[in-house]
Amino acid sequence: MDISTTSYKRCELVEVAGRIDSASAPRFEEALQEVLERKRYNIVLDLSGLEYISSAGLRAMVSTQKVCKEHGGQLVLAAVPKAIQEVLDLTGLDALFTAYPDTVSAVGSF
Amino acid sequence: MERSLTVPARFTELAHIAEFIAQAGREAGLDERTLFHVQMAVDEACSNIIEHAYGGESDERIRLSWHCEGEKFVVTIQDWGEPFDPSAVPVPRLDVPLEEVPVGGLGLYIMRKLMDEVTFHFDEVEGNILRMVKRCPR
Repeated sequence: MDISTTSYKRCELVEVAGRIDSASAPRFEEALQEVLERKRYNIVLDLSGLEYISSAGLRAMVSTQKVCKEHGGQLVLAAVPKAIQEVLDLTGLDALFTAYPDTVSAVGSF
Repeated sequence: MERSLTVPARFTELAHIAEFIAQAGREAGLDERTLFHVQMAVDEACSNIIEHAYGGESDERIRLSWHCEGEKFVVTIQDWGEPFDPSAVPVPRLDVPLEEVPVGGLGLYIMRKLMDEVTFHFDEVEGNILRMVKRCPR
């Protein structure tokens, strides 16, 4: 799993690629936690390079969204691959996240 | 045609397991979407075994095997950890306000949603045996 964070004026862009499973989910969670610790509560999660996400990764996304919303912000998704979108739909978690087709529109939403 | 794989109960084995299932899917002629579903269900099952049956990573074994029964693709996963009672796992409520969404319990829910049959059996000698079936259009 590769993960990188870029700061924009009104939000943080977190790009994650590869597999998020129980082996890599702790690193994913740490990266999101690091953003929250800097009191940045508007987050764009770019999933364009994501091949797979397990419930461990989904848990980290839900936890992060909870904290963001508590502070008046939100975590949004960008460029969600079809297979990942299906998992979000299947679990009903799609209702918890606004999704954009690309990072430009996602970053621009803030 | 039957294949099997035995690995230690470590999260680093999950990628190896995913590749084993990918190979199985190719041999069984599964389409891409079906294979993705099976891989995810297997990943969730094995993660649960490591975390819950064995209480964390160790060199204890997880044994996976697969075979085809006509239109059915069958995966069997065996461990020798704590007996698992699926009825004790609450179904996560996802239709509630965000602050009430449980942060756990998704793994088993996902397995049941993605596979057509998910059955658990515990035996004193054989341990936990999980059987998952996916009907596969070919």
